[in-house]
Amino acid sequence: MEPVSLPALSRVAICGGTHGNEMSGVYLVRELQRQKLEKAGSATLTTVISNPRAVQVCKRYTDMDLNRCFTDAILSSPVTVATPYEVRRAQELNTLLGPKGKLGAVDLVCDLHNTTANMGLSLISYSVQDWVIMHIYRQVQRKITSAPVRFILLDLPLADVYSQDSLGKHGFSIEVGPQPHGVVRADIFNLMKEAVDQTLDWVQCFNSGSAFEGGEVDDVYTFVKSVYYPRDPETNQITAAIHPQVQDRDFCLLHPGDPMFLMFSGEIVKYEGEEVLHPFFVNECAYYEKSIAFHLARKMTVTIPPLQVKRD
Amino acid sequence: MTSSTNVSCFHEARRVAIFGGTHGNEMSGVTLVNLWIQNGKEIHRKGVETKPFITNPRAVEKCTRYVDTDLNRAFTTENLSAPSGDDLPYEVQRAQQINEIFGPKGSPEAYDVIFDLHNTTSNMGCTLILESSKDHFNLQMMHYIKKAIAPDSCPVLLTEHPLLKYSTSRSVAKHPIGLEVGPQPQGVLRSNIFESMRVVLKHALDFIELFNEGLEFPPCTVDVFRVSEKMDYPRDTNGNIIAMVHPNLQDCDWEPLNPGDPMFQTFDGTTLRYEGAGTVYPTFINEAAYYEKQQAFVTTRRETLAAGAIKKT
Repeated sequence: MEPVSLPALSRVAICGGTHGNEMSGVYLVRELQRQKLEKAGSATLTTVISNPRAVQVCKRYTDMDLNRCFTDAILSSPVTVATPYEVRRAQELNTLLGPKGKLGAVDLVCDLHNTTANMGLSLISYSVQDWVIMHIYRQVQRKITSAPVRFILLDLPLADVYSQDSLGKHGFSIEVGPQPHGVVRADIFNLMKEAVDQTLDWVQCFNSGSAFEGGEVDDVYTFVKSVYYPRDPETNQITAAIHPQVQDRDFCLLHPGDPMFLMFSGEIVKYEGEEVLHPFFVNECAYYEKSIAFHLARKMTVTIPPLQVKRD
Repeated sequence: MTSSTNVSCFHEARRVAIFGGTHGNEMSGVTLVNLWIQNGKEIHRKGVETKPFITNPRAVEKCTRYVDTDLNRAFTTENLSAPSGDDLPYEVQRAQQINEIFGPKGSPEAYDVIFDLHNTTSNMGCTLILESSKDHFNLQMMHYIKKAIAPDSCPVLLTEHPLLKYSTSRSVAKHPIGLEVGPQPQGVLRSNIFESMRVVLKHALDFIELFNEGLEFPPCTVDVFRVSEKMDYPRDTNGNIIAMVHPNLQDCDWEPLNPGDPMFQTFDGTTLRYEGAGTVYPTFINEAAYYEKQQAFVTTRRETLAAGAIKKT
């Protein structure tokens, strides 16, 4: 592939507490603020607690999920007395870090999350053609050996991207698990800190002119579809738990005929799709309200070009 | 060989309740009790009325620990004897209702046995919680359960302590038993945790059935962990947590913690060590619900309790 040169990343934002009970990011942002970390080499660093009200009550959100409020439509919707807190807050964050899609936006947004799923360290973004993000992923994957590192693609046009990381010119989320909501585990915190350190390290190297060679990155997973919990048609109660052969086995293979759910009555519900896919976000607490047991993804490899900062 | 002729006689355990949803986001108990309310075949035992019951339905509906106040701390004498009214916190009203149905606490009319189903984010396995070291019926039941699930283990936590004991929903019964199974995140249902709880309850109900049939249980001993001290997170002057449970301690419930062992790790990587006088056995390590109760873990000390022979009257 042809080498690519891109503008320097002069403004970087690290966001925690987008979901108020995902504690690694809350404590990591507070720690960065305590250390008064305001620069990463030549880049300025902004640290934000995205949903302070939700953090205060240690809940995912107060009115609605903040991390679904960053579509173009919601960001531009008029504010009335009935507007949910998180919509107002999203518009505030858009002023602070954006405006989304415009020249004034920060160069890089890194949004910190935890999951109850056994996903190790996952970087999530909405494009596999943002070479800044792909090179950051490669560095994080190469340098971090204490946990598996993977990339998840939620392929959506920018206007429809609903997550906070879409505010910046480049953006991604760091998702670390498993951790119960409301809990801070030292091993999970340290893993997230390592990922943030590697990200800021890459940004500094990039800004100071390092040339990053092209190549292939693997363990890239594209969202295909969601799998829902079986429910009793009369009572609407969930009637099964995720099968022990899928539980804690995010990113493993799910073949047609493999068990997916173990009914409370003892029967097994099997995967009846035709394609071999990879489950992820297996048994994420926050997805029960959407009735989602897990998502399924296709695995791929992405070729990335050599990358260097653009010299004016 | 001498055999003891001292047998304690207890009335048949006729009325048994199984509480789920005392904390609305502890999903194994909520799920099991809802299942058994629909179809109680699995918990049916000859001669026993087994009543599955959701204790905090509003909290269950919102999938939250509690609505106004922790139900599992609400069964104090003060709360239970307070004049009833809509202005009382929801859980206090609920405690009074539960006391009416399953109690009154401390009276001869109270239920014989209540099992209270809980989950924890701590790595406590299948823990049985015992409130009194003198409850020989409960000690014998716990001995029976431990033997039945061996080689899997079933630690017994004794919460008998002048300051640390709390007024639980199950304390309404003559013989209260807590089942605390983890690790499981709040709001999540794990198949393995669910099935473990189900198996422990099965053995507990088997014990009751055998007891009611007239089986005499010989004297036995039960190894327990008696609560000793509550340990909070290190905090700054504003009350913010400044360190996490150390990676060496995390998930090590029931394992010895010796003076000098790592206990907490600050966010910038410094190790803080345990400075107690002797070895303790921590549990409830990093339970989500206890951050607001200022508890990172609780220390326990090992003890062996003796239970005399028991049989029904």
